[in-house]
Amino acid sequence: MIYNLNIIFPEIFLSLSIFSVLMIGVFIKKSFNLIFNLTSLIIIITIMIISSSPNDTEKVFSESFTRDAFSNYFKILILLSSLFVLNSSKNFIVENKLDKFEYPIIILLSILGMFFMVSANDLILFYLGLELQSLSLYILASIDRDNLRSTESGIKYFVLSALSSGLLLYGCSLLYGFTGSTNFDLIASQLNKENTGAVFAMVFILVGLAFKVSAVPFHMWTPDVYEGAPTSITSYFAVVPKTAGLALLIKFMFIPFSNILLEWQTIIIFISIASMILGAVAAMIQKNFKRLLAYSSIGHIGYALAGVATGTISGYKSTIVYITIYVIMNIGAFSCLYLLKKDGQYKENISDLSGISKKHPLLAISLLIILFSLAGIPPLGGFFAKFYVFVAVIEKEMYALAIIGLLTTVLSAFYYLKIIKTIYFDDSLIAFESTKNRTAQISILASCSILITFFLYPSILNNLVDTLFIG
Amino acid sequence: MIEIGLGHYLSLGAIIFFLGVIGIFLNRKNVIVILMSIELILLAVNINLISFSIFSGDIVGQIFTMLILTVAAAEAAIGLAIIVVYYRNRGSIRVEDIHGMKG
Repeated sequence: MIYNLNIIFPEIFLSLSIFSVLMIGVFIKKSFNLIFNLTSLIIIITIMIISSSPNDTEKVFSESFTRDAFSNYFKILILLSSLFVLNSSKNFIVENKLDKFEYPIIILLSILGMFFMVSANDLILFYLGLELQSLSLYILASIDRDNLRSTESGIKYFVLSALSSGLLLYGCSLLYGFTGSTNFDLIASQLNKENTGAVFAMVFILVGLAFKVSAVPFHMWTPDVYEGAPTSITSYFAVVPKTAGLALLIKFMFIPFSNILLEWQTIIIFISIASMILGAVAAMIQKNFKRLLAYSSIGHIGYALAGVATGTISGYKSTIVYITIYVIMNIGAFSCLYLLKKDGQYKENISDLSGISKKHPLLAISLLIILFSLAGIPPLGGFFAKFYVFVAVIEKEMYALAIIGLLTTVLSAFYYLKIIKTIYFDDSLIAFESTKNRTAQISILASCSILITFFLYPSILNNLVDTLFIG
Repeated sequence: MIEIGLGHYLSLGAIIFFLGVIGIFLNRKNVIVILMSIELILLAVNINLISFSIFSGDIVGQIFTMLILTVAAAEAAIGLAIIVVYYRNRGSIRVEDIHGMKG
Protein backbone atom coordinates (compact mmCIF):
# COMPACT_ATOMS: atom_id res chain seq x y z
CA MET A 1 0.00 0.00 0.00
CA ILE A 2 2.81 2.42 0.91
CA TYR A 3 4.45 1.37 -2.32
CA ASN A 4 1.31 2.46 -4.20
CA LEU A 5 1.23 5.83 -2.52
CA ASN A 6 4.82 6.51 -3.50
CA ILE A 7 3.85 6.21 -7.12
CA ILE A 8 1.14 8.86 -6.94
CA PHE A 9 3.19 11.04 -4.59
CA PRO A 10 3.32 14.04 -7.00
CA GLU A 11 -0.49 14.03 -7.25
CA ILE A 12 -0.90 13.67 -3.48
CA PHE A 13 1.53 16.49 -2.86
CA LEU A 14 -0.21 18.72 -5.39
CA SER A 15 -3.72 18.10 -4.01
CA LEU A 16 -2.65 18.62 -0.39
CA SER A 17 -0.88 21.85 -1.31
CA ILE A 18 -3.97 23.05 -3.18
CA PHE A 19 -6.09 22.51 -0.05
CA SER A 20 -3.61 24.30 2.18
CA VAL A 21 -3.18 27.22 -0.20
CA LEU A 22 -6.95 27.51 -0.49
CA MET A 23 -7.20 27.74 3.31
CA ILE A 24 -4.57 30.48 3.35
CA GLY A 25 -6.56 32.35 0.73
CA VAL A 26 -9.77 32.06 2.73
CA PHE A 27 -8.36 33.25 6.03
CA ILE A 28 -5.82 35.88 5.02
CA LYS A 29 -7.04 39.06 3.37
CA LYS A 30 -5.37 40.38 0.20
CA SER A 31 -3.23 37.30 -0.12
CA PHE A 32 -2.77 37.22 -3.89
CA ASN A 33 0.99 37.86 -3.80
CA LEU A 34 1.59 35.29 -1.09
CA ILE A 35 -0.48 32.66 -2.85
CA PHE A 36 1.06 33.45 -6.20
CA ASN A 37 4.56 32.91 -4.82
CA LEU A 38 3.48 29.78 -2.97
CA THR A 39 1.99 28.44 -6.22
CA SER A 40 5.29 28.96 -8.04
CA LEU A 41 7.05 27.21 -5.16
CA ILE A 42 4.59 24.29 -5.28
CA ILE A 43 5.12 23.93 -9.01
CA ILE A 44 8.92 23.92 -8.57
CA ILE A 45 8.75 21.33 -5.77
CA THR A 46 6.47 19.12 -7.86
CA ILE A 47 8.92 19.34 -10.75
CA MET A 48 11.68 18.20 -8.39
CA ILE A 49 9.56 15.33 -7.04
CA ILE A 50 8.72 14.09 -10.53
CA SER A 51 12.23 14.42 -11.91
CA SER A 52 13.61 12.47 -8.98
CA SER A 53 11.10 9.64 -9.39
CA PRO A 54 12.22 6.61 -11.43
CA ASN A 55 11.09 6.26 -15.04
CA ASP A 56 10.22 2.55 -15.08
CA THR A 57 6.61 1.67 -15.81
CA GLU A 58 4.44 1.05 -12.75
CA LYS A 59 0.69 0.51 -12.73
CA VAL A 60 -1.23 0.86 -9.48
CA PHE A 61 -4.82 0.89 -8.17
CA SER A 62 -6.04 -2.09 -10.21
CA GLU A 63 -3.90 -0.87 -13.11
CA SER A 64 -5.86 2.35 -13.48
CA PHE A 65 -2.92 4.69 -12.92
CA THR A 66 0.40 4.52 -14.75
CA ARG A 67 3.62 6.17 -13.89
CA ASP A 68 6.10 5.83 -16.72
CA ALA A 69 8.62 7.88 -18.67
CA PHE A 70 5.85 9.16 -20.96
CA SER A 71 3.66 10.56 -18.20
CA ASN A 72 6.66 11.94 -16.30
CA TYR A 73 7.87 13.79 -19.37
CA PHE A 74 4.48 15.36 -20.00
CA LYS A 75 3.97 16.26 -16.35
CA ILE A 76 7.26 18.11 -16.27
CA LEU A 77 6.44 19.85 -19.56
CA ILE A 78 3.03 20.90 -18.18
CA LEU A 79 4.54 22.19 -14.94
CA LEU A 80 7.41 24.06 -16.58
CA SER A 81 5.17 25.73 -19.13
CA SER A 82 2.60 26.77 -16.53
CA LEU A 83 5.41 28.16 -14.37
CA PHE A 84 6.59 30.34 -17.25
CA VAL A 85 3.06 31.33 -18.26
CA LEU A 86 2.10 32.28 -14.70
CA ASN A 87 5.22 34.26 -13.90
CA SER A 88 5.45 36.10 -17.19
CA SER A 89 1.82 37.21 -16.84
CA LYS A 90 2.02 38.41 -13.23
CA ASN A 91 2.23 42.12 -14.05
CA PHE A 92 -0.65 41.74 -16.49
CA ILE A 93 -2.79 40.02 -13.85
CA VAL A 94 -2.18 42.70 -11.24
CA GLU A 95 -2.65 45.65 -13.62
CA ASN A 96 -5.92 44.26 -14.99
CA LYS A 97 -7.26 43.67 -11.46
CA LEU A 98 -7.44 39.92 -11.94
CA ASP A 99 -5.39 39.43 -8.79
CA LYS A 100 -7.91 37.31 -6.96
CA PHE A 101 -6.38 34.62 -4.82
CA GLU A 102 -8.41 31.94 -6.65
CA TYR A 103 -6.55 32.56 -9.89
CA PRO A 104 -3.36 30.56 -9.17
CA ILE A 105 -5.30 27.96 -7.22
CA ILE A 106 -7.61 27.18 -10.14
CA ILE A 107 -4.55 26.91 -12.36
CA LEU A 108 -3.10 24.37 -9.92
CA LEU A 109 -6.40 22.44 -9.96
CA SER A 110 -6.36 22.26 -13.73
CA ILE A 111 -2.75 21.04 -13.58
CA LEU A 112 -3.88 18.30 -11.20
CA GLY A 113 -6.57 17.30 -13.69
CA MET A 114 -4.00 17.16 -16.48
CA PHE A 115 -1.75 14.97 -14.30
CA PHE A 116 -4.52 12.41 -14.06
CA MET A 117 -5.20 12.72 -17.78
CA VAL A 118 -1.67 11.88 -18.83
CA SER A 119 -1.31 9.15 -16.21
CA ALA A 120 -4.70 7.50 -16.70
CA ASN A 121 -4.85 3.90 -17.78
CA ASP A 122 -8.58 3.59 -17.24
CA LEU A 123 -11.63 5.28 -18.76
CA ILE A 124 -12.97 6.39 -15.37
CA LEU A 125 -9.76 8.04 -14.20
CA PHE A 126 -9.22 9.60 -17.60
CA TYR A 127 -12.74 11.07 -17.61
CA LEU A 128 -12.40 12.46 -14.09
CA GLY A 129 -9.04 14.05 -14.91
CA LEU A 130 -10.43 15.56 -18.08
CA GLU A 131 -13.42 17.03 -16.25
CA LEU A 132 -11.29 18.43 -13.42
CA GLN A 133 -9.23 20.18 -16.08
CA SER A 134 -12.22 21.39 -18.12
CA LEU A 135 -14.20 22.67 -15.12
CA SER A 136 -11.18 24.71 -14.02
CA LEU A 137 -10.74 26.07 -17.53
CA TYR A 138 -14.40 27.21 -17.72
CA ILE A 139 -13.82 29.34 -14.64
CA LEU A 140 -10.49 30.64 -15.91
CA ALA A 141 -12.01 31.71 -19.24
CA SER A 142 -14.58 33.87 -17.47
CA ILE A 143 -12.34 35.00 -14.60
CA ASP A 144 -12.61 38.66 -15.58
CA ARG A 145 -16.21 38.59 -14.47
CA ASP A 146 -17.05 42.24 -15.03
CA ASN A 147 -15.89 42.08 -18.61
CA LEU A 148 -18.49 41.18 -21.23
CA ARG A 149 -16.02 39.56 -23.59
CA SER A 150 -14.42 37.39 -20.94
CA THR A 151 -17.77 36.07 -19.70
CA GLU A 152 -18.94 35.52 -23.26
CA SER A 153 -15.85 33.47 -24.01
CA GLY A 154 -16.56 31.54 -20.80
CA ILE A 155 -20.12 30.76 -21.88
CA LYS A 156 -19.02 29.69 -25.36
CA TYR A 157 -16.23 27.52 -24.02
CA PHE A 158 -18.54 25.98 -21.43
CA VAL A 159 -21.32 25.03 -23.85
CA LEU A 160 -19.08 23.57 -26.56
CA SER A 161 -16.70 21.85 -24.16
CA ALA A 162 -19.55 20.28 -22.20
CA LEU A 163 -21.04 19.03 -25.47
CA SER A 164 -17.73 17.49 -26.48
CA SER A 165 -17.34 15.90 -23.04
CA GLY A 166 -20.80 14.41 -23.56
CA LEU A 167 -19.82 12.96 -26.94
CA LEU A 168 -16.60 11.60 -25.50
CA LEU A 169 -18.46 10.07 -22.58
CA TYR A 170 -20.99 8.43 -24.87
CA GLY A 171 -18.04 6.90 -26.70
CA CYS A 172 -16.61 5.71 -23.38
CA SER A 173 -19.90 4.04 -22.44
CA LEU A 174 -20.06 2.21 -25.79
CA LEU A 175 -16.40 1.23 -25.50
CA TYR A 176 -17.06 -0.16 -22.02
CA GLY A 177 -20.11 -2.05 -23.28
CA PHE A 178 -18.50 -3.61 -26.34
CA THR A 179 -15.18 -4.53 -24.76
CA GLY A 180 -16.44 -5.28 -21.24
CA SER A 181 -13.79 -3.29 -19.43
CA THR A 182 -12.69 0.23 -18.65
CA ASN A 183 -9.00 -0.64 -18.44
CA PHE A 184 -6.94 0.54 -21.41
CA ASP A 185 -4.87 -2.66 -21.67
CA LEU A 186 -7.94 -4.90 -21.53
CA ILE A 187 -9.74 -2.71 -24.08
CA ALA A 188 -6.71 -3.02 -26.37
CA SER A 189 -6.83 -6.81 -26.16
CA GLN A 190 -10.59 -6.90 -26.87
CA LEU A 191 -10.65 -4.40 -29.69
CA ASN A 192 -10.46 -5.45 -33.33
CA LYS A 193 -11.99 -4.63 -36.69
CA GLU A 194 -14.92 -7.03 -36.25
CA ASN A 195 -16.03 -5.24 -33.08
CA THR A 196 -18.08 -2.60 -34.97
CA GLY A 197 -19.66 -1.20 -31.81
CA ALA A 198 -16.26 -0.41 -30.38
CA VAL A 199 -15.09 1.14 -33.67
CA PHE A 200 -18.21 3.34 -33.52
CA ALA A 201 -17.23 4.28 -29.95
CA MET A 202 -13.74 5.19 -31.14
CA VAL A 203 -15.22 7.81 -33.47
CA PHE A 204 -17.05 9.50 -30.58
CA ILE A 205 -13.93 9.50 -28.43
CA LEU A 206 -11.87 10.97 -31.27
CA VAL A 207 -14.42 13.76 -31.71
CA GLY A 208 -14.17 14.63 -28.02
CA LEU A 209 -10.38 14.59 -28.04
CA ALA A 210 -10.17 16.59 -31.28
CA PHE A 211 -12.30 19.22 -29.59
CA LYS A 212 -9.98 19.42 -26.60
CA VAL A 213 -6.94 20.05 -28.80
CA SER A 214 -9.06 22.38 -31.03
CA ALA A 215 -8.58 20.55 -34.31
CA VAL A 216 -10.83 21.32 -37.29
CA PRO A 217 -13.86 20.70 -37.54
CA PHE A 218 -14.19 21.14 -33.78
CA HIS A 219 -12.25 24.38 -33.52
CA MET A 220 -15.11 26.95 -33.48
CA TRP A 221 -14.55 27.87 -29.85
CA THR A 222 -10.82 28.59 -30.18
CA PRO A 223 -10.72 32.07 -31.82
CA ASP A 224 -13.54 33.48 -29.68
CA VAL A 225 -12.18 32.11 -26.42
CA TYR A 226 -8.63 33.24 -27.24
CA GLU A 227 -9.82 36.73 -28.08
CA GLY A 228 -12.28 37.14 -25.23
CA ALA A 229 -10.33 35.72 -22.33
CA PRO A 230 -7.69 37.89 -20.63
CA THR A 231 -4.28 37.49 -22.32
CA SER A 232 -2.77 35.75 -19.31
CA ILE A 233 -5.49 33.09 -19.54
CA THR A 234 -5.21 32.87 -23.30
CA SER A 235 -1.53 32.08 -23.07
CA TYR A 236 -2.34 29.35 -20.55
CA PHE A 237 -5.06 27.97 -22.87
CA ALA A 238 -2.76 28.00 -25.87
CA VAL A 239 0.04 26.14 -24.15
CA VAL A 240 -0.84 23.85 -21.30
CA PRO A 241 -4.20 22.10 -22.02
CA LYS A 242 -3.07 21.56 -25.63
CA THR A 243 -0.04 19.62 -24.38
CA ALA A 244 -2.14 17.47 -22.08
CA GLY A 245 -4.79 16.89 -24.74
CA LEU A 246 -2.23 15.79 -27.28
CA ALA A 247 -0.56 13.49 -24.74
CA LEU A 248 -3.95 11.92 -24.11
CA LEU A 249 -4.58 11.53 -27.83
CA ILE A 250 -1.23 9.79 -28.35
CA LYS A 251 -1.94 7.55 -25.38
CA PHE A 252 -5.36 6.56 -26.76
CA MET A 253 -3.88 5.76 -30.16
CA PHE A 254 -0.93 3.92 -28.64
CA ILE A 255 -2.71 1.69 -26.11
CA PRO A 256 -6.48 1.11 -26.48
CA PHE A 257 -6.82 1.78 -30.21
CA SER A 258 -3.56 0.19 -31.39
CA ASN A 259 -5.41 -2.72 -33.03
CA ILE A 260 -7.75 -0.61 -35.14
CA LEU A 261 -5.08 1.61 -36.67
CA LEU A 262 -6.56 1.61 -40.17
CA GLU A 263 -9.94 2.73 -38.83
CA TRP A 264 -8.73 5.78 -36.93
CA GLN A 265 -5.93 6.66 -39.31
CA THR A 266 -8.28 8.03 -42.00
CA ILE A 267 -10.08 10.19 -39.45
CA ILE A 268 -6.86 11.64 -38.04
CA ILE A 269 -5.48 12.30 -41.54
CA PHE A 270 -8.68 14.18 -42.40
CA ILE A 271 -8.60 16.20 -39.17
CA SER A 272 -4.91 16.96 -39.64
CA ILE A 273 -5.27 18.17 -43.24
CA ALA A 274 -8.36 20.24 -42.41
CA SER A 275 -6.60 21.89 -39.46
CA MET A 276 -3.49 22.71 -41.47
CA ILE A 277 -5.52 24.30 -44.27
CA LEU A 278 -7.89 26.26 -42.04
CA GLY A 279 -5.05 27.41 -39.78
CA ALA A 280 -3.20 28.81 -42.80
CA VAL A 281 -6.13 30.37 -44.65
CA ALA A 282 -8.25 31.85 -41.87
CA ALA A 283 -5.31 33.49 -40.11
CA MET A 284 -4.58 35.72 -43.11
CA ILE A 285 -7.48 38.10 -42.53
CA GLN A 286 -7.11 38.47 -38.77
CA LYS A 287 -6.45 41.86 -37.23
CA ASN A 288 -6.23 40.82 -33.60
CA PHE A 289 -2.94 39.24 -32.57
CA LYS A 290 -4.55 36.82 -30.09
CA ARG A 291 -7.06 35.71 -32.70
CA LEU A 292 -4.24 35.19 -35.16
CA LEU A 293 -2.38 33.08 -32.62
CA ALA A 294 -5.59 31.03 -32.18
CA TYR A 295 -5.67 30.17 -35.87
CA SER A 296 -1.93 29.60 -35.87
CA SER A 297 -2.36 27.15 -32.98
CA ILE A 298 -5.08 25.32 -34.94
CA GLY A 299 -2.60 24.98 -37.79
CA HIS A 300 0.14 23.76 -35.47
CA ILE A 301 -2.16 21.13 -34.00
CA GLY A 302 -2.72 19.98 -37.58
CA TYR A 303 1.03 19.40 -38.04
CA ALA A 304 1.29 17.66 -34.68
CA LEU A 305 -1.62 15.38 -35.63
CA ALA A 306 0.15 14.51 -38.90
CA GLY A 307 2.76 12.78 -36.73
CA VAL A 308 0.04 10.90 -34.85
CA ALA A 309 -1.61 9.92 -38.15
CA THR A 310 1.38 7.78 -39.12
CA GLY A 311 0.55 5.38 -36.30
CA THR A 312 4.23 4.57 -35.85
CA ILE A 313 6.44 5.10 -32.82
CA SER A 314 8.64 7.51 -34.76
CA GLY A 315 5.50 9.46 -35.69
CA TYR A 316 4.41 9.75 -32.04
CA LYS A 317 7.93 10.83 -31.11
CA SER A 318 7.92 13.54 -33.77
CA THR A 319 4.58 14.77 -32.39
CA ILE A 320 6.04 14.99 -28.90
CA VAL A 321 9.04 16.96 -30.19
CA TYR A 322 6.63 19.18 -32.12
CA ILE A 323 4.43 19.97 -29.14
CA THR A 324 7.47 20.69 -26.98
CA ILE A 325 8.80 23.26 -29.44
CA TYR A 326 5.28 24.63 -29.96
CA VAL A 327 5.07 25.28 -26.21
CA ILE A 328 8.40 27.13 -26.24
CA MET A 329 7.37 29.27 -29.22
CA ASN A 330 3.97 30.18 -27.81
CA ILE A 331 5.32 31.13 -24.38
CA GLY A 332 7.60 33.58 -26.19
CA ALA A 333 4.87 34.91 -28.46
CA PHE A 334 2.45 35.60 -25.61
CA SER A 335 5.17 37.10 -23.41
CA CYS A 336 5.70 39.71 -26.12
CA LEU A 337 2.05 40.75 -25.69
CA TYR A 338 2.75 41.62 -22.06
CA LEU A 339 5.24 44.27 -23.17
CA LEU A 340 2.84 46.13 -25.48
CA LYS A 341 1.49 48.58 -22.96
CA LYS A 342 0.32 52.12 -23.62
CA ASP A 343 -1.46 54.36 -21.10
CA GLY A 344 -2.11 51.44 -18.79
CA GLN A 345 -3.79 49.40 -21.53
CA TYR A 346 -2.41 46.35 -23.22
CA LYS A 347 -2.59 46.50 -27.00
CA GLU A 348 -3.40 43.37 -28.93
CA ASN A 349 -3.99 44.46 -32.51
CA ILE A 350 -1.48 43.70 -35.24
CA SER A 351 -1.65 47.31 -36.45
CA ASP A 352 -0.38 48.44 -33.03
CA LEU A 353 2.87 46.66 -33.80
CA SER A 354 3.65 48.86 -36.80
CA GLY A 355 7.12 50.32 -36.73
CA ILE A 356 8.03 49.16 -33.25
CA SER A 357 11.47 48.22 -34.57
CA LYS A 358 12.53 51.88 -34.31
CA LYS A 359 11.75 52.40 -30.66
CA HIS A 360 11.92 48.84 -29.34
CA PRO A 361 14.58 47.03 -31.34
CA LEU A 362 14.96 44.19 -28.85
CA LEU A 363 11.25 43.41 -28.75
CA ALA A 364 11.12 43.58 -32.53
CA ILE A 365 14.00 41.16 -32.98
CA SER A 366 12.47 38.70 -30.47
CA LEU A 367 9.15 38.84 -32.29
CA LEU A 368 11.05 38.28 -35.52
CA ILE A 369 12.72 35.16 -34.16
CA ILE A 370 9.50 33.76 -32.69
CA LEU A 371 7.42 34.46 -35.81
CA PHE A 372 10.09 32.98 -38.11
CA SER A 373 10.15 29.94 -35.88
CA LEU A 374 6.35 29.65 -35.93
CA ALA A 375 6.51 29.82 -39.72
CA GLY A 376 9.11 27.04 -39.72
CA ILE A 377 12.04 28.83 -41.27
CA PRO A 378 15.46 27.18 -40.79
CA PRO A 379 17.61 27.11 -38.71
CA LEU A 380 15.15 27.95 -35.91
CA GLY A 381 13.48 25.41 -33.63
CA GLY A 382 10.13 25.50 -35.42
CA PHE A 383 11.77 24.24 -38.59
CA PHE A 384 13.13 21.14 -36.86
CA ALA A 385 9.76 20.40 -35.30
CA LYS A 386 8.11 20.38 -38.74
CA PHE A 387 11.09 18.54 -40.25
CA TYR A 388 10.78 15.57 -37.85
CA VAL A 389 7.03 15.31 -38.43
CA PHE A 390 7.43 15.30 -42.21
CA VAL A 391 10.26 12.76 -42.03
CA ALA A 392 8.01 10.43 -40.05
CA VAL A 393 5.13 11.01 -42.49
CA ILE A 394 7.31 10.33 -45.55
CA GLU A 395 8.81 7.20 -43.93
CA LYS A 396 5.26 5.84 -43.81
CA GLU A 397 4.85 6.79 -47.50
CA MET A 398 1.90 9.12 -46.86
CA TYR A 399 2.95 11.56 -49.58
CA ALA A 400 -0.39 13.38 -49.93
CA LEU A 401 -0.31 14.39 -46.26
CA ALA A 402 3.32 15.53 -46.54
CA ILE A 403 2.68 17.59 -49.68
CA ILE A 404 -0.38 19.32 -48.24
CA GLY A 405 1.56 19.99 -45.06
CA LEU A 406 4.41 21.62 -46.95
CA LEU A 407 2.02 23.72 -49.04
CA THR A 408 0.19 25.00 -45.97
CA THR A 409 3.54 25.81 -44.36
CA VAL A 410 4.27 28.11 -47.29
CA LEU A 411 0.79 29.62 -47.08
CA SER A 412 1.06 30.25 -43.36
CA ALA A 413 4.50 31.84 -43.80
CA PHE A 414 2.59 34.60 -45.61
CA TYR A 415 0.79 35.94 -42.58
CA TYR A 416 3.77 35.58 -40.26
CA LEU A 417 5.88 37.52 -42.74
CA LYS A 418 3.12 40.12 -43.02
CA ILE A 419 3.44 40.81 -39.30
CA ILE A 420 7.19 41.09 -39.64
CA LYS A 421 6.68 43.56 -42.47
CA THR A 422 4.36 45.56 -40.20
CA ILE A 423 6.97 45.58 -37.46
CA TYR A 424 9.93 46.60 -39.58
CA PHE A 425 8.69 48.59 -42.54
CA ASP A 426 5.48 50.37 -41.53
CA ASP A 427 5.39 53.83 -40.01
CA SER A 428 5.57 53.90 -36.28
CA LEU A 429 2.21 54.80 -34.71
CA ILE A 430 2.48 54.11 -31.01
CA ALA A 431 5.40 54.44 -28.64
CA PHE A 432 4.89 51.81 -25.99
CA GLU A 433 5.88 52.44 -22.41
CA SER A 434 9.18 50.88 -21.50
CA THR A 435 7.75 48.48 -18.96
CA LYS A 436 9.89 46.87 -16.33
CA ASN A 437 8.36 43.45 -16.73
CA ARG A 438 11.40 41.34 -15.91
CA THR A 439 9.65 37.96 -15.85
CA ALA A 440 8.11 38.44 -19.29
CA GLN A 441 11.48 39.55 -20.64
CA ILE A 442 13.14 36.48 -19.14
CA SER A 443 10.50 34.25 -20.75
CA ILE A 444 11.10 35.87 -24.14
CA LEU A 445 14.85 35.55 -23.70
CA ALA A 446 14.58 31.87 -22.73
CA SER A 447 12.22 31.12 -25.58
CA CYS A 448 14.33 32.91 -28.19
CA SER A 449 17.63 31.45 -27.05
CA ILE A 450 16.23 27.90 -27.11
CA LEU A 451 14.78 28.48 -30.58
CA ILE A 452 18.04 29.91 -31.94
CA THR A 453 20.37 27.34 -30.44
CA PHE A 454 18.17 24.33 -31.06
CA PHE A 455 19.99 23.39 -34.26
CA LEU A 456 23.26 23.01 -32.34
CA TYR A 457 21.99 20.21 -30.14
CA PRO A 458 18.78 18.74 -31.58
CA SER A 459 19.86 15.38 -30.18
CA ILE A 460 19.19 16.41 -26.56
CA LEU A 461 15.44 16.60 -27.06
CA ASN A 462 15.44 13.64 -29.45
CA ASN A 463 17.30 11.37 -27.03
CA LEU A 464 14.93 12.40 -24.27
CA VAL A 465 11.88 11.61 -26.38
CA ASP A 466 13.45 8.34 -27.54
CA THR A 467 13.33 6.98 -24.01
CA LEU A 468 9.58 7.60 -23.64
CA PHE A 469 8.28 4.57 -25.50
CA ILE A 470 10.60 1.90 -24.15
CA GLY A 471 8.55 0.86 -21.08
CA MET B 1 -44.97 -10.10 -24.72
CA ILE B 2 -41.75 -8.46 -25.86
CA GLU B 3 -38.67 -9.41 -23.92
CA ILE B 4 -36.92 -6.13 -23.10
CA GLY B 5 -33.26 -6.70 -23.79
CA LEU B 6 -30.01 -4.77 -23.98
CA GLY B 7 -30.88 -3.45 -27.45
CA HIS B 8 -33.96 -1.66 -26.16
CA TYR B 9 -32.05 0.08 -23.41
CA LEU B 10 -29.31 1.10 -25.83
CA SER B 11 -31.90 2.48 -28.27
CA LEU B 12 -33.46 4.50 -25.45
CA GLY B 13 -30.00 5.80 -24.54
CA ALA B 14 -29.25 6.69 -28.17
CA ILE B 15 -32.60 8.49 -28.60
CA ILE B 16 -32.12 10.58 -25.48
CA PHE B 17 -28.51 11.29 -26.46
CA PHE B 18 -29.47 12.60 -29.89
CA LEU B 19 -32.34 14.62 -28.41
CA GLY B 20 -29.74 16.31 -26.24
CA VAL B 21 -27.38 17.00 -29.14
CA ILE B 22 -30.22 18.30 -31.32
CA GLY B 23 -31.42 20.43 -28.41
CA ILE B 24 -28.07 22.23 -28.30
CA PHE B 25 -27.96 22.93 -32.03
CA LEU B 26 -31.58 23.80 -32.73
CA ASN B 27 -32.10 25.90 -29.65
CA ARG B 28 -32.10 29.63 -30.49
CA LYS B 29 -33.80 30.92 -27.39
CA ASN B 30 -32.17 30.39 -24.05
CA VAL B 31 -28.87 29.23 -22.64
CA ILE B 32 -30.64 27.41 -19.79
CA VAL B 33 -32.12 25.02 -22.36
CA ILE B 34 -28.58 24.23 -23.52
CA LEU B 35 -27.69 23.40 -19.93
CA MET B 36 -30.68 21.03 -19.79
CA SER B 37 -29.62 19.42 -23.07
CA ILE B 38 -26.15 18.77 -21.66
CA GLU B 39 -27.72 17.08 -18.63
CA LEU B 40 -29.80 15.00 -21.02
CA ILE B 41 -26.66 13.81 -22.82
CA LEU B 42 -25.01 12.80 -19.57
CA LEU B 43 -28.14 10.94 -18.43
CA ALA B 44 -28.27 9.05 -21.73
CA VAL B 45 -24.70 7.95 -21.08
CA ASN B 46 -25.76 6.79 -17.62
CA ILE B 47 -28.58 4.68 -19.08
CA ASN B 48 -26.07 3.10 -21.44
CA LEU B 49 -23.57 2.38 -18.71
CA ILE B 50 -26.10 0.91 -16.30
CA SER B 51 -27.66 -1.36 -18.89
CA PHE B 52 -24.24 -2.59 -20.04
CA SER B 53 -23.29 -3.13 -16.43
CA ILE B 54 -26.47 -5.11 -15.62
CA PHE B 55 -26.35 -7.26 -18.75
CA SER B 56 -22.67 -8.10 -18.45
CA GLY B 57 -22.74 -8.56 -14.66
CA ASP B 58 -19.82 -6.19 -14.23
CA ILE B 59 -20.14 -3.59 -11.45
CA VAL B 60 -17.66 -1.05 -12.88
CA GLY B 61 -20.29 0.55 -15.11
CA GLN B 62 -22.44 1.45 -12.13
CA ILE B 63 -19.46 2.96 -10.30
CA PHE B 64 -18.75 5.01 -13.41
CA THR B 65 -22.39 6.21 -13.35
CA MET B 66 -22.10 7.47 -9.79
CA LEU B 67 -18.98 9.45 -10.70
CA ILE B 68 -20.67 10.90 -13.80
CA LEU B 69 -23.63 12.06 -11.68
CA THR B 70 -21.22 13.92 -9.41
CA VAL B 71 -19.39 15.53 -12.30
CA ALA B 72 -22.70 16.51 -13.92
CA ALA B 73 -23.74 18.32 -10.76
CA ALA B 74 -20.43 20.21 -10.61
CA GLU B 75 -20.69 21.07 -14.28
CA ALA B 76 -24.25 22.40 -13.90
CA ALA B 77 -23.16 24.54 -10.94
CA ILE B 78 -20.27 26.09 -12.85
CA GLY B 79 -22.41 26.53 -15.96
CA LEU B 80 -25.09 28.39 -14.02
CA ALA B 81 -22.47 30.56 -12.35
CA ILE B 82 -21.03 31.56 -15.73
CA ILE B 83 -24.53 32.29 -17.04
CA VAL B 84 -25.18 34.53 -14.03
CA VAL B 85 -22.00 36.61 -14.55
CA TYR B 86 -22.80 36.87 -18.24
CA TYR B 87 -26.33 38.05 -17.49
CA ARG B 88 -24.95 40.76 -15.18
CA ASN B 89 -22.80 42.13 -18.01
CA ARG B 90 -25.15 41.70 -20.93
CA GLY B 91 -28.62 41.82 -19.38
CA SER B 92 -29.80 38.92 -21.49
CA ILE B 93 -29.07 35.23 -21.90
CA ARG B 94 -30.74 34.74 -25.26
CA VAL B 95 -28.56 32.61 -27.52
CA GLU B 96 -28.84 35.05 -30.41
CA ASP B 97 -27.47 37.85 -28.21
CA ILE B 98 -24.20 35.99 -27.61
CA HIS B 99 -22.28 37.26 -30.60
CA GLY B 100 -19.84 39.82 -29.29
CA MET B 101 -16.92 38.27 -31.16
CA LYS B 102 -16.94 37.08 -34.74
CA GLY B 103 -14.63 36.38 -37.62
